Amino acid sequence: MNRIKKLLGYLWMALAPVIIIFLVYEAVEKITHATAVLRSNVILQWSIILLIFTPICIGFFIFGWYASKDEYAHLPESSK
Amino acid sequence: MAMHDEKKQSSIAFVIGASSVGTLIEWYDFYIFGMLATILSKQFFPAEAGTAALLSTLAIFAAGFIVRPFGALVFGRLGDLIGRKHTFLLTLVIMGGSTFAIGLVPGFGSIGWAAPIMVLILRLLQGLALGGEYGGAATYVAEHAPTGQRGFWTSWIQTTATLGLFLALGVIILIRSNQGMEQFSAEWGGWRYPFWISILLVGVSVLIRMRMSESPMFSKLKSEGKTSTHPLKESFGNKSNFKMVLLALFGAVMGQGVVWYTGQFYAQSFIETVCNIDFVQSRNIMLVAILMATPCFVLFGWLSDKVGRKWIMLLGMLLAIFTYRPIYKQFIAITAEANKTNEIQQRISTIGPLAPYLNEAKTPFVYLRKTFDTVYYTDGSVFKYIITDTFFAKKQLSDNKPIAYSHPDLISNTPKRNTVIEKTMGKSPTWYLIVLIFIQIVYVTMVYGPIAAFLVEMFPTKIRYTSMSLPYHIGNGVFGGLVPFLGTLIVEFTKSAEQPKGDVLAGLWYPIGVAAICLLIGVVYLSNKVDENVMD
Repeated sequence: MNRIKKLLGYLWMALAPVIIIFLVYEAVEKITHATAVLRSNVILQWSIILLIFTPICIGFFIFGWYASKDEYAHLPESSK
Repeated sequence: MAMHDEKKQSSIAFVIGASSVGTLIEWYDFYIFGMLATILSKQFFPAEAGTAALLSTLAIFAAGFIVRPFGALVFGRLGDLIGRKHTFLLTLVIMGGSTFAIGLVPGFGSIGWAAPIMVLILRLLQGLALGGEYGGAATYVAEHAPTGQRGFWTSWIQTTATLGLFLALGVIILIRSNQGMEQFSAEWGGWRYPFWISILLVGVSVLIRMRMSESPMFSKLKSEGKTSTHPLKESFGNKSNFKMVLLALFGAVMGQGVVWYTGQFYAQSFIETVCNIDFVQSRNIMLVAILMATPCFVLFGWLSDKVGRKWIMLLGMLLAIFTYRPIYKQFIAITAEANKTNEIQQRISTIGPLAPYLNEAKTPFVYLRKTFDTVYYTDGSVFKYIITDTFFAKKQLSDNKPIAYSHPDLISNTPKRNTVIEKTMGKSPTWYLIVLIFIQIVYVTMVYGPIAAFLVEMFPTKIRYTSMSLPYHIGNGVFGGLVPFLGTLIVEFTKSAEQPKGDVLAGLWYPIGVAAICLLIGVVYLSNKVDENVMD
């Protein structure tokens, strides 16, 4: 199981930047294709999405990093 | 001994009751804003696009959700520094005060731009307060709960989010049923009452909470001088704790958040906007389903004390992943006109008065013709169609000629031909819809019932409030809160010339995808061990 945890850790590390790149790509495409009336709203919506998900993806990368370093191999037995 | 046990039971019952009432009211306050969003945007924001639309989006879409994790940080820190009781008393007052104040803000027509700015600030305060409330209430109850019953007792706190939604729906429907739409949505109309009622509810709850004592575990730490001096640093700057915060978020709360918001919000939005179920009936369907499923929170909380938290939560996610699409397909099938073959009455078509459509100078420019069709079916369903189909140059029908849609005088945002459908379902299809929503809310109870006990057991007492609040509010406020918005956005992506409505089920890929990743992480990384002693 620890090997799976470690290998999946690499997957999470790879997935995090892929999600950010995908979101940036989608944002640029949607903003470019938005009509003049809607553009300001589309920019705002995508800015919010990027603002929220970028730190979450960084957190996801760190999670993957910890997993790849066997930090989750043995979880604490209590809340202490 | 028996008397001591009885006293202990009544004490924990008081703790649960007092904490739950306050949390329920906070959820009520938070939900009424969302449920009345359409009316609020008309009252507090000008109709034109541009800057006003920006503010409107900020206020209604973003503020309540984005601010919740910040509330978790601010009030979580306070709760670990000065104590649980005073902190969640403070969040209750902020929430109640800001909700009541929203009900007092005059409309855009009276005070102009001050209206949306004031509402935005008050909405931010609501989000902050909610971010601080839940962690405090869950921690407080868990720290009072007897060993081996933490899942059962904290599950009562978990019911409050759903009951808050129930209360909000009930109050709005009650007021709306006694007022016409015009009266209800007027500047000082009935939509303000739910906001005003909040101050009474909060007043009662504050009085109850004032009688509560501090959490015994926190009091002990405080008397020993062992409370945290830098809860934020110890929660997120310390690797051994931070890795558990990340695990809680990605292995449990992220999936729980999307399952919760899909079952209780996306479902309602779907049956109302995609299936076109009537406003009041769609809310009544939700009310009945919620009422039927709510006891399951306690059932799964209790069960988690016996078999562990992990597998109950993950089973809820698994069922959601595999059944969401079939359930939503059934929503469409039940409400589709094509599946109702036994029409018992002919269409009744009436041409309504010609409604003026204003041009840029705000004067009547052309007139829209509306046709009202009502179709009755043998299963008791009634479908109403309001068709706006032609432009006329004058108000009188007799000497009128339609204006072509390509007429050069028609301004760019002139409405195109459209049909608004309002469906009131008969008894049997209504019950079928209730069962389908009920199933989704049972999933909610599986993932949400045990989560407070699960989170409490992951973190030590001195930084528990801070550490559990942040993943909870990112998981629910961000991942969950964005389900309706991102679901709609994904459907937009699928629209094309061949498929102008897009794939209406495509929006489900967001909750399914997030729940699937969370399920995988949960299965691989989470422990099923129940921590008997959280006194550390």
